[in-house]
Amino acid sequence: MKTRLEKFKESYFLYSFKRDKVAIFSFVTLTVFVILALTAPWIAPMNPYDSANIDIMNSELPPVWMEEGTSEFLLGTDNQGRDMLSTMLYGLRTSIIIGVGAVALQGIIGVVVGLLAGYLGGKTDAILMRLADIQFSFPYLMVAIFLSAIFQVVFGLGSFERLAIPLLTIIIGLSNWPMFARTIRASVMGEKNKEYVEAARVIGLPRWTIMFRHILPNSLTSVMVISTIQVANAVMSEAALSFLGLGMPVTKPSLGSLIRAGQEFFFSGSWWITVFPGIWLVIFVLVINLLGDWLRDVFNPKLYKG
Amino acid sequence: MSHLLEVKNLEVKFALRFGDITAINDVSFTLDKRERLGLVGESGAGKSVTGFSIINLISKPGFISKGSIWFEGNEISKYNDAQMREIRGNRIAMIFQDPMMTLNPVFTIGFQMVETLLAHRNISRAEARAIALEKLKKVHIPSPEQRLDQYPHELSGGMRQRVIIAISLLSDPAIIIADEPTTALDVTIQAEIMDLLQELCETDNMGLILITHDLGVVSQVTQKIAVMYAGKIIEFGPTDQVVHNPVHPYTIGLIGSIPGSIPPGQDLKQIPGMMPTLTDIPPGCAFNPRCELKQDICTRETPVLMEKQNGIMAACHMK
Amino acid sequence: MNAQEPLVKISDVVKHFDISGGYLDQLTFKSGRPVLEKTTVKAVNNVSLYVEKGETLSVVGESGCGKSTLARVIMGLYPPNSGSIHYKTDRIDNLTHEQWLPFRRKMQMIFQDPYASLNPRKTVRQTLEEPLRFHNPKMTNGEIRDKIADVMQQVGVDPAWITRYPHEFSGGQRQRISIARGLILDPEFIVADEPVSALDVSIQAQILNLLMELRVKRNLTYLFITHDLSVVHHISSRVAVLYLGTLCELADARTLFETPRHPYTRALLSAIPKVGEQAAKHIKLKGEVPTPVNLPPGCVFHGRCVYAYDRCRTEAPRLTELRDGTHVACHAVEEGRSLD
Repeated sequence: MKTRLEKFKESYFLYSFKRDKVAIFSFVTLTVFVILALTAPWIAPMNPYDSANIDIMNSELPPVWMEEGTSEFLLGTDNQGRDMLSTMLYGLRTSIIIGVGAVALQGIIGVVVGLLAGYLGGKTDAILMRLADIQFSFPYLMVAIFLSAIFQVVFGLGSFERLAIPLLTIIIGLSNWPMFARTIRASVMGEKNKEYVEAARVIGLPRWTIMFRHILPNSLTSVMVISTIQVANAVMSEAALSFLGLGMPVTKPSLGSLIRAGQEFFFSGSWWITVFPGIWLVIFVLVINLLGDWLRDVFNPKLYKG
Repeated sequence: MSHLLEVKNLEVKFALRFGDITAINDVSFTLDKRERLGLVGESGAGKSVTGFSIINLISKPGFISKGSIWFEGNEISKYNDAQMREIRGNRIAMIFQDPMMTLNPVFTIGFQMVETLLAHRNISRAEARAIALEKLKKVHIPSPEQRLDQYPHELSGGMRQRVIIAISLLSDPAIIIADEPTTALDVTIQAEIMDLLQELCETDNMGLILITHDLGVVSQVTQKIAVMYAGKIIEFGPTDQVVHNPVHPYTIGLIGSIPGSIPPGQDLKQIPGMMPTLTDIPPGCAFNPRCELKQDICTRETPVLMEKQNGIMAACHMK
Repeated sequence: MNAQEPLVKISDVVKHFDISGGYLDQLTFKSGRPVLEKTTVKAVNNVSLYVEKGETLSVVGESGCGKSTLARVIMGLYPPNSGSIHYKTDRIDNLTHEQWLPFRRKMQMIFQDPYASLNPRKTVRQTLEEPLRFHNPKMTNGEIRDKIADVMQQVGVDPAWITRYPHEFSGGQRQRISIARGLILDPEFIVADEPVSALDVSIQAQILNLLMELRVKRNLTYLFITHDLSVVHHISSRVAVLYLGTLCELADARTLFETPRHPYTRALLSAIPKVGEQAAKHIKLKGEVPTPVNLPPGCVFHGRCVYAYDRCRTEAPRLTELRDGTHVACHAVEEGRSLD
């Protein structure tokens, strides 16, 4: 009997991973990014979210290799005197938390809606999918402006700073679930006419069991593929919202808010405030997308041949 | 005297990530004009690969590693792509199980037939249409003029297969290779298509290679049968001999396992186990783990195909 | 009909599928005016049958004749449009999910495609355990283990393979596991939908032998759906021939194969390729098979029947019983016209 580990070692998945240099590179880079982000509070030179550490006199210092740079701030400081490197690490952490959280939320809504629509069909399907269409036709920016306006009225401006992360997670999560719903629905419609589903019905299993225990596990590969791509999209959305001033507040900058803050100083010479977080963001999103593409190729049954 | 088609010691391998595997091992046979040969075997026996390799259509990791294929006195296994295109679909036509593999769903039948003709011959569109019509009549399609202007989806499965046969006749081929041409069709339609193929061989002086898993079909249509097992021909001979007095234990088992060969209600004669996959073919005779007559020699030495009785060649130590 | 109550009785079952889709798809123009037109597939039309305890009734027909739909209607997977289905004395065609449950234990189904009929993400144990746990919540783990091992042994799968996934098995072994799932609840009645048609000949024989052996051992009753007449001849006690959703002939297997009555049955039987027989003259049918969307008026077979005359084109023949117990739906047979 082979253990799971042995089976994994012989699998096509690992084999094609090992042969694909881009996949390996992306995976390693992504792992490094995630580790850096998660360990930010311990490895970052300073805590940029704590105003006690910030000295306005240090603002707009250039990176260490330029004339006025100091070794204290490797990549320079922003307009408020925060260490760029630390802020980027913290910002990435915020981006990842919001990205993963939003995708989890999208995933849950999308999977439930997609399963119900695909399996039950008929009127349920029509209603749920029209709902998805409507949701899709609202730009998420509009949803974001709308929700954050309501939020600020209800809870007041003060609590916005505290609750920015969950709020952004919810906004991005709510605006992108139709992607999941559609993908899951398509895959469920393919699965539900297979004989193993009929066999489950002949046994008399309740609908819920059939949907969640039989059909869902067989639709999960497509969920995995879109999840990775959606994490990248959610990170981009967060950055865009923050860039527009609708996302993370200035006191807790994420990558998007950093880019925005630096934009004002870009032409006055302090280019690093915008450029470093920009590159940081691009690399991060790029490796996720590359990995997502690779996953899609691996799981595509038409290409899957030993 | 040279044969119309001669396959000599053909070996086909597939290059896979854990090394090469042999899909076809030392396969030889001949085909003459008006002769009908059946390649029979279960899935994975290598019968389709044999058919594909004749016209050099084996898909990517596969390649002919040994042996030669001769057609009308020329060694076509040495041909390059351009030369092969002159043979493939032209002198040697192939018919597949699924007609939609060959038919383009967005063009009418007539358009597809005329274009095929114009690509190969220097004739006018009207002449091409006339030839197309003539071929459709030849395959006994009812109201052929109308069919020319219909799209493939407007035809039933049986009609589509007839159209495919008509298309393959456009270039007056010398050989038709039919790979499971009726497996997707109903029995009543199957019988008609088989009649048609048989008739065409007679009237057009063609050779037919019929690749199928159905011994019943083969025994009605062909004159010679090659039974394949795990990439090898294990029995070869005149159809009525092979069917009535099979030599190889596998062939005997195969015929015995067809319902209808014995009185209803009795247990079918079954061959235990299943065909080995190409990656783990047992040493010696590939059939030995399933064979009733197995002796020590069967696990040591690979039997060669040789003359046994009534014109039958078989690869078995015990017979 | 015998005095004994049949195990399963189907009366005038009709199953039509609406495939017209949404309103926009239904919209067509007739003489310039927009009308909504529904497209229905008339899969099963007024079929009546009964299956007696212990017998094997085969339902034969070519693709699209509604035999698989009939199987699924009987198993309650599709509700019939009209007609009734009885299991012993209980009517089962109008039950709710909960009311169906006791019958699920007695009626099970075996499917055609051994690759699609097992959930690829479940091990053999999970596949076989699920019906047991669902229907017998009180069974202990030990009892379940013994039961599964016992059934696996009966279908010829090594119980040691219980932790494997379907893709680790060959087609024949998968079909055995699928049969094990059908048997695990100890049913009395099995609907087998083309259980061997996806398998190679030598494997097919193994599965057919297994099914016949299980029938005797477990006192099973089969409704066997197939297109393969040689399989039918081999295993059935009675045969029902379906053409375009309509029952043409219903007879004892021996009677049917010796003296087929309906012109369609005759053509079908003559077309079976038999090993070792040089192509016997098979009866040639004319015309094309109509689709179940546009059923011809009158006898559904008249377009392909060489004996058809005016009455066949307008009036649908009724299933009538002949002296030897055969039921045939054909005007020519009923009128005693010669069919040679």
